[in-house]
Amino acid sequence: MKPRNFDYVRPKSLPEALAVLQRHGPDAKIIAGGQSLVPILNMRLASPSILVDIGALHELRGISVENGMLRIGALTRHAQAEHSPEIRRHAPLFAKAIPYIAHPAIRNRGTIGGSIALADPAAELPACLLALDGEVEIANIKGTHTVKAGDFFKDLYETALNPGDVLIAIRLPQAPKARVGFAELARRHGDYAMAGLAACQEDGKVRLAFFGVASTPIRAKHAEAAISKSIEQAVSALDRDLDPPDDLHSSGAVKKHLAKTLLRRIAGDLQ
Amino acid sequence: MSTIDISLIVNGENVQQTVEARKTLVDFLREDLGLTGSHVGCEHGVCGACTVRVDGEIVRGCLVLAVQCEDTIVETIEGVSDTGEIAALQDAFQRRNALQCGYCTPGILLTAQELLKSGSAKNRETIRQYMSGNYCRCTGYQAIIDAVEAVAQMHGSKP
Repeated sequence: MKPRNFDYVRPKSLPEALAVLQRHGPDAKIIAGGQSLVPILNMRLASPSILVDIGALHELRGISVENGMLRIGALTRHAQAEHSPEIRRHAPLFAKAIPYIAHPAIRNRGTIGGSIALADPAAELPACLLALDGEVEIANIKGTHTVKAGDFFKDLYETALNPGDVLIAIRLPQAPKARVGFAELARRHGDYAMAGLAACQEDGKVRLAFFGVASTPIRAKHAEAAISKSIEQAVSALDRDLDPPDDLHSSGAVKKHLAKTLLRRIAGDLQ
Repeated sequence: MSTIDISLIVNGENVQQTVEARKTLVDFLREDLGLTGSHVGCEHGVCGACTVRVDGEIVRGCLVLAVQCEDTIVETIEGVSDTGEIAALQDAFQRRNALQCGYCTPGILLTAQELLKSGSAKNRETIRQYMSGNYCRCTGYQAIIDAVEAVAQMHGSKP
């Protein structure tokens, strides 16, 4: 048994969960699927005094289309999203990206909300949310509010979520005419990406969201502006957009090379 | 030390136990219930040796807390062996030498069975991709893919 000792509660409703989180402040951690949190606990990188399991909150389930937006409840598991006809139809970028997330046993447990809330810089879905210009619904004891993806990812594992907040859903604008592209490079299928790219083109406007190359998922705005001229100009513009740090698996220079390769690979999908 | 009472069904039997909140499902199965067929490898979700089923779906036993399994149905390699559900797969693994030390085998069998049940074991590439989350340090994987492919073909991709 590897984690430090902690208390555990499984609230039955969102108000109950919000009250518990309010009471414990930064000492509490939320657990949903646990596929990132449990390794963090096992390695003792975090030692919360209490885990608040939001798995029983039915308010956080379900996929629906509301007011021109696809709304995906935070507790939607990756495997459910992978097989959801609504997501395939209204968010094909998510449908393309999800098979790259880890492995089947992990997709059976891990949740969409958990992936966005953790904001791992090498994870697929935060970049997809950014590429689609989606938004995040957040609840706390005072009420609910919405944060645009562009304002949500602040820094390494740092988001607009504060202690006491629960991410309850994400919303993606419906864009029937959009073209999307997704690619990533990893040592083994399902591992975290060494570099990845989620992209969307709508009415000639392109959004390129790279992951695994910065402390957050990151928009390549110079490349976005240059891509209407030529793919090679967009590739060169990445020198101004990206300055990837070295990590255990590859140097920053390799990551930048891979990012350029990815852009060349998917540029055709956006036309 | 925080402990919590849980009740669940493991391999068809009702189980009621008091567990530490921090105990993972695989440790609970091995240490408290003596079901040592599920193995503990990396303990952070990489190797797949601890694969078990919760409510019919495979999960990493090291990435699920026992307390999260309240009111669930858990199945381990012991359970699915006893029911005969994976007999064809076990037979194919034996015939094709798809195991040597056997440490990864319980997890590999449960993962392969989920793929076969889904009916999407179309070719070696699909099998390879589905099995990519389970490490084997002995066989070099070829024999494992052979065995899974053989069962898929035998049953027209249905177990």
